[in-house]
Amino acid sequence: MKLLEIKNLKKSFGDLNVIKDISLSVDQGEVLSIIGPSGSGKSTLLRCATLLETIDSGELVYVGEHAVKTDENGCAVYAPPQDLKRIQRYFGLVFQNFNLFPHFSVIRNVTDALITVQKKSKEEAYEIGRNFLRKMGLLDKENAYPYQLSGGQQQRVSIARALALNPKVLFFDEPTSALDPELTGEILRVIKDLAAEHMTMVIVTHEMSFARDVSNHVIFMDGGVIVEQGCPDQVINNPQNGRTKAFLSRFEN
Amino acid sequence: MSLTGLITELSKGMLTSVEIFTLTLVFSLPLGLFVAFGRMSKNLIIRNIFRIYISIMRGTPLILQLMVVYFGPFYIFKIPLSYAYRFQAVIIGFVLNYAAYFAEIYRGGIESISVGQYEAAKVLGYSKSQTFVRIVFPQVIKRILPSVTNEVITLIKDTSLAFVISVMEMFTMAKAFASAQTSMVPYIVAGIFYYVFNFIVASTMEWFEKKLSYFQ
Repeated sequence: MKLLEIKNLKKSFGDLNVIKDISLSVDQGEVLSIIGPSGSGKSTLLRCATLLETIDSGELVYVGEHAVKTDENGCAVYAPPQDLKRIQRYFGLVFQNFNLFPHFSVIRNVTDALITVQKKSKEEAYEIGRNFLRKMGLLDKENAYPYQLSGGQQQRVSIARALALNPKVLFFDEPTSALDPELTGEILRVIKDLAAEHMTMVIVTHEMSFARDVSNHVIFMDGGVIVEQGCPDQVINNPQNGRTKAFLSRFEN
Repeated sequence: MSLTGLITELSKGMLTSVEIFTLTLVFSLPLGLFVAFGRMSKNLIIRNIFRIYISIMRGTPLILQLMVVYFGPFYIFKIPLSYAYRFQAVIIGFVLNYAAYFAEIYRGGIESISVGQYEAAKVLGYSKSQTFVRIVFPQVIKRILPSVTNEVITLIKDTSLAFVISVMEMFTMAKAFASAQTSMVPYIVAGIFYYVFNFIVASTMEWFEKKLSYFQ
């Protein structure tokens, strides 16, 4: 079953065509990694898929429901707000720089949306929240504030915060780029564990060996288009396209 | 007049000063937030109306604004001036003036919150108003508190400007006593009163800042 379908997505900032014409789909339980140089449009693609940027044309479909359609003139038409609100529940997003709420304790960061948005009782929300904190190995930190945590711990809180809302697809936007190598490993392990539980994920990353190990499918983007895609072993270890080869030449197994 | 008598009389004036102070804060803090939103409106006309309002309020002396608010209705609309309107005029003048300053403080605070906070809230499903009330505003308060303290302390001293339309606050009375007795003492006592009031307010704000130091 397809959880996410993107068809002919186009996005430009002024005269700059950031995403030229991209189509992709993500099946239930699939882990898709998007790699590519800075400025290739991979983060913008993620931001379009999570409705943080408005797309110019193309289709965006979650679990068979259209968030964005294209009219006969080729312009993107967004679903009405109440539909978007429902569709928004299908996905979660983990940011590069965590974006935790600094004035909330760890447990409130994880539970506040459950209570405020999903209208769950405090008891139920805290139970859900503690479950995910336990999973992230942070149960003893539930009363800490974000500034008291290491970058890796903060990122794990933000993963718990996203998971608590029970999304069908979880997006990661360079989840380790703000972390040092040691803390990077900590986050990559968490994502690998999620993959082992068949969490559906779309990951924009610069960690090539991680992308190869964790994904079912890898997309290499450059200049706003998909240059090469396929199974990770093929794209990362044995790229066919010249651009992909050049990009990956600095990556040693 | 004995010193005790002077202190008793000035205390009454002090009550009026405290009243001006309190009412000004109660009305100008919320109004300032409203003005800040107007100033940040996407609508060009609304934004410019509030921009001009702030510019006038900050660009002309408060003492002049008080006189315009008090005498304006009489000179422009020929409405006779009642005694009660004197105090009301002071409050209106102070509120309009301080709201402009607070608005700019709020705006600075709101604009300093990173886009990431809004984006995180949006992806988690918060509505715009939930995002502002639960996520943005608590952080804004912490950031603007030192600037608000500055304004609040200025306000205490500014209450003395009410003398210009003869509202019987402490400074008006001190002035009257000083000229009647040809003595400096009333001014010195008034100064001590202001200092003590300021000290209490500054300590309260400091306590408040400490309370908000649980996050960074």
